[in-house]
Amino acid sequence: MTATIDEQDAAASTVGQSALAVRGLWKVFGPRADKIVGSAEADLSRAELLAQTGCTAAVRDVSFDVAPGEVFVVMGLSGSGKSTLVRCLTRLIEPTAGQVLIDGEDVVAMSEARLRELRRHHVSMVFQHFGLLPHRKVIDNVAYGLEIRGVDKKERRRKAQELVDLVGLSGNENAYPDQLSGGMQQRVGLARALAVDPSVMLFDEPFSALDPLIRRDMQNEVIRLHHEVGKTMVFITHDLAEALKLGDRILIMRDGALVQVGTPAEVVGAPADEYVRDFVSEVPRSHVLTLSWVMRPPRPDEAMTGPEMAPGTVVRDAARRVIDSGDPVKVVEDGQLLGVVDQDDILRVIVAEES
Amino acid sequence: MAIELAELEHPQAPLEHLPAERRAISRWWFFLGVFVLWVAGWLMLQGQWTLALPVSELNSFHDWLNEVRDWVEQAKFEGNPLFIPFEWITEFFNWVVEFLQKLFVDPAFGRPVPVIGWLGLVGISTWVALAIAGVRSAILVAGALVLCGTLGYWEDTVDTLIITGVSVAVCVLLGIPIGIWMSRSKRVTAALTPVLDVMQTMPSFSYLAPLALFYGIGPAAAVVTTLIYALPPLIRISAHGLRTVSPTTMEATSSLGSTDNQQLRKVQLPMARRTILVGLNQTTMAALSMAVIAALINGPGLGIPVIDALTILNVGRAFVAGLCLVFLAIMLDRMTTAAGERAEASARKGTNPQARRILLGVTGVLALISVYLSRQYLRLAEFPEEWNWGDQIADRVNSSSEWFVDTFYDITQAAKDFVSNFLLNPLQDLLAESPWWLTASALLAIAFLLGGRRALVATAVTSAIILGTGLWYDAMVTLAMTLVAAVMTMVIGVIVGVWMGRSRRVDALVRPVLDMLQTLPAFVYLIPTLALFGPGRFLAIMAAVAYAVPIAIKIAADGIRGVSPTTVEAAESTGSNRWQMIGKVQLPMARGSLVLAANQGLLFVLSMVVIGGLVGGGGLGFLVVGGFSQQEDFGKGLAAGIAITALGVMLDRITVHTAARYGRAETA
Repeated sequence: MTATIDEQDAAASTVGQSALAVRGLWKVFGPRADKIVGSAEADLSRAELLAQTGCTAAVRDVSFDVAPGEVFVVMGLSGSGKSTLVRCLTRLIEPTAGQVLIDGEDVVAMSEARLRELRRHHVSMVFQHFGLLPHRKVIDNVAYGLEIRGVDKKERRRKAQELVDLVGLSGNENAYPDQLSGGMQQRVGLARALAVDPSVMLFDEPFSALDPLIRRDMQNEVIRLHHEVGKTMVFITHDLAEALKLGDRILIMRDGALVQVGTPAEVVGAPADEYVRDFVSEVPRSHVLTLSWVMRPPRPDEAMTGPEMAPGTVVRDAARRVIDSGDPVKVVEDGQLLGVVDQDDILRVIVAEES
Repeated sequence: MAIELAELEHPQAPLEHLPAERRAISRWWFFLGVFVLWVAGWLMLQGQWTLALPVSELNSFHDWLNEVRDWVEQAKFEGNPLFIPFEWITEFFNWVVEFLQKLFVDPAFGRPVPVIGWLGLVGISTWVALAIAGVRSAILVAGALVLCGTLGYWEDTVDTLIITGVSVAVCVLLGIPIGIWMSRSKRVTAALTPVLDVMQTMPSFSYLAPLALFYGIGPAAAVVTTLIYALPPLIRISAHGLRTVSPTTMEATSSLGSTDNQQLRKVQLPMARRTILVGLNQTTMAALSMAVIAALINGPGLGIPVIDALTILNVGRAFVAGLCLVFLAIMLDRMTTAAGERAEASARKGTNPQARRILLGVTGVLALISVYLSRQYLRLAEFPEEWNWGDQIADRVNSSSEWFVDTFYDITQAAKDFVSNFLLNPLQDLLAESPWWLTASALLAIAFLLGGRRALVATAVTSAIILGTGLWYDAMVTLAMTLVAAVMTMVIGVIVGVWMGRSRRVDALVRPVLDMLQTLPAFVYLIPTLALFGPGRFLAIMAAVAYAVPIAIKIAADGIRGVSPTTVEAAESTGSNRWQMIGKVQLPMARGSLVLAANQGLLFVLSMVVIGGLVGGGGLGFLVVGGFSQQEDFGKGLAAGIAITALGVMLDRITVHTAARYGRAETA
C-alpha cells in the first residue's frame, strides 16, 4: 500500500510542473491486444505484428510532458496514430498500457465517475468534423458542457454568450449549425470546448476540413485565444506549416511511435532521422531557425562594433539588419556574448532554401 | 505459334476468364436440363401423386389441430394457469377498445347516444392534428372524417381508428424502448433480427388463426394481430436511426462528460427524431392495413363492410367502404409525415410561442364547444341519416361498373384468357399436377442453382413443412399464382423503374403516386380489380400485381439511379446509345437492387394472392378464409397459414441467397 503511494508521489514529483504527462502509452487494436505489450512481439514492426498476431499497434510506447500554458503539437501523416493518441488522453479510446497524468493524477486508473468529472471540468476537445448538435442553436451547443454538469439555464446562457462573443460569432447565437460556414461551425466547437473553462484543451486536426484561407484565420484565432486565456493545448495536425506556426514544441510520430520531440527550430535544424529530415526539407529554414542555430564564434580579425540581437530571433526577422550592418551582428543573451552572425551566415541559410 | 506467343505475353488473362465463362454457360444448361426433365416427367406422370386433398376432407394433421383448438378452449374455460396471461391481455385490450367505443360510437352510460358525438370527435381530432401537425393536416383530418360520415360508415370508421390507434400506442410503448435497446447492444440486435425477419416475411393472413386461438375472436385479437404486424418497422427504423447518429457528435458530447443517459436524451433521441417518426409513419400505415384484415377474426371496423360486400360481389358497397379506408390512409399518412417535418421547421422559423399558445387555446375551446354541442343535439351526436350518400354512390358505382365490364368485356376477357392459357394454366399444371416428389426435386434443383447450398437447405426444410401440412397441392396452386404475378410485377417494375431511374421528371411525377398507393391498406386493392375482372384467380393475380408493383418500381428505380454517375459518364463518352447504356451498364450494375425488388415483390405478391382467397382466388388463401367461417375447418385453415408462411420463407431465402451471390459477383 505504502509502496504504491510512494510510487505515485515519485511519479507526481517527476512531473511536478507538467500540466500533462504521458508515460509509456500503448494502444493495440485487435484480438488479445492486452497480451502484446511487454511481450517479445511488442518489438516487431507494425506490418510484422499484424501478420503474426492480427493486432495493430496504433500507439507504441509514447512518452512526453507538456508544460502548463504550452502549445504542444503532435504531428504525423495519416495512420501514424496521432488521433488515437489524443483520444487515449481522456480515454475516448481506452489505452492498452501506460499512464496519462493530468495535474499529477493518472487518467488511466480513474473510475468512470472521476473520468466524467475530468471531462466536465478539466479537459475539453475540439474535433475535425466539429461534432455539433444539429437540432440545437449555436448558443445551446456552446452551453452543452455546462448543461450536462447541471448549471442552470440562465447562468449557462450567460456564460455561453460570453464565449460566442469571444470566438467572434456575436449575432449568430440563435442560428443552427447547418446555417453556418465550416469555419464558423468550428468556432462553435472552439467555444463549446472553452465554455467549460478547462485547464487542458485537445485539438484533433481541427482545421483540416477547412479551406486554406479560413484555416489561416482559425490558426490566428487559436494564437489569439492562447494569448487571452492561456490554456495548455495539445494540437494534432498533419500539416507541418501549421505545426511550426502554432507549436511551442512539436512531437513527430511515425507508425505509432515517437520519432522526435523539440522546438520548431530543433526539428528543422537538427532532424532526428531521415524521416524527419525528409519531412522538413521543404520548410523555408529562414522562417524557423533562430540566430542561435546560425551563429558562430567571432573570428579574431572581426570588428565587434555591430548591433546586438537576442539568440531567439528568427533568421528572417534578423536578415535585413544583418545585411544592412557592415559588421557582424553580436548574439547576446543576458549581457553575455554567445556568438556572431554575418551576411554570409544569413545568405547561406536563405540560399540553401533556394536550391 | 502466334497463339502461344500471345499467351506468353498475357499469361494471366485467358486463365482468369475461361472458368468464369464456362460456369456461366453450364449453369444455364443446368436450368434447361432441370426444366426438360421436369416437363418430361410431367407429361408421363401428370395427375399422379399430386397429394390433392378435396375441399371437404381433412387429414390427420388438421384433425389434430382441431383437437388442439378444442383443448385450448377447454383449458381457457377451466382457467388453466398457462393461459391466464393471455386472458389478462385479452381482457385488457377488450376493455380499452370497448371503453373507447362507449366514448365515441356506442350508446353507453345511460345515454341513448355515445358520450361524445361525431361533431365532438371531429373537433378533438382536428385540434390534435393542428397541435402536432399543422393547419393543413387539421383541415385534411376534418374533411376526411366528415366524408367518411357522409359515405355512411361513421361508426366503422371510428372503430377502425380505435383499433389502429390502440395498436400504434402499444407499438410506440414497446417499439421505441426495444429500438433503443437494440441500438445499444450488438447481442440484442443479433437475437432480435431473425425474429423481426420472420415477423416481416410472414404474410398477414397466416397469423390470424393462431392468434385467434390465444386471444379469442374480437377486438383484443384484432389489436394483437395488428400490433404484431405493425411493430417491426418501428423497432427496425428506431434502432437504425439511433445507431447512425453521427459518431463525431457522440464522441464530442462524450468528451464533455455526458452520462449514457444524457447521451440518449440530449443527443441520440433528438438527432434520430425524424427517422423515428418515419418509422412511426410506416407502423401506422401497416396498422391500418392489418386492422382492416383483422375483420376476419371479428375485429370491429371498416374491414367488416368491405369483406361483406366482397363476398356477395357487391362492387359498389365495397367501393364506398374502401373509399373511407383511402381517406383514412391519406389522413394518417399526411398527419404522421407532417408531424415529423413540423416541429423542427417551426422551431427554426422562430414561430412566436405566445401566438401559438393563443391559437391552440382558442381552437381548443372551439373543440370543447363542439364536444358540448355533440352532447346536446341528437343530429350532432349520431351522424344524420339524410347526409348519407353512401347508398347512392354505391348504386352509381355498381351501374357504371356493370357498364364498364360489359363494354370492355372483350378486352378484359382477352387479357384474362391470355394470362390463364399461356402463363397460369401451364405453370399451375406443371407445379401442381406433377407428382409431388418431381416438383419438389425441381424446386430444390432450381433453389440450388440460384442461391447455392443455403437456399437448397431452406427450400428442403420449407418443402418438408408444406408436405407436413398435407396441403401440397393447394400450396403449388398458390405458388403458381404467386410466380405469375411476380413475373408481371417484375416486368412492370423494371420498365417503369428504368424509366424513372433515367429521368428526374418522370420520377417526380410517378413517385408521389407510388407513395400514395403504398399507404393504401391491402384490402383496397381487391375492389377495383373485382370491378374490372370479376371474381377468380385472375382477380387475385391482378390485385397482387397492383399491390406489389409500387415497391418493385421504387427499388428498381433507386438501383438504376444508384449506378455511379462516373460510370454512366464514362460509358457515354465511349459512345453508347440509349439501349446499350440500359442493357450493358445500368441494368447489370443495378442487379443487386433488381434481385431485392424481386424479393420484396414476391413477398408482397404472396401476401396479396392469399388475400385473394376471399374473392375466389382459390389455393391456400381460400382455406384460411374457410378456417374462420367453419368451426370444423379451423385446423385446415391453420395448416394453410403454416404452409403460406413456409412458402414465404422459401421464396425469401431463395431470393436473398441469390442476391448474396449476385452481390459477390458484382464486387468481383
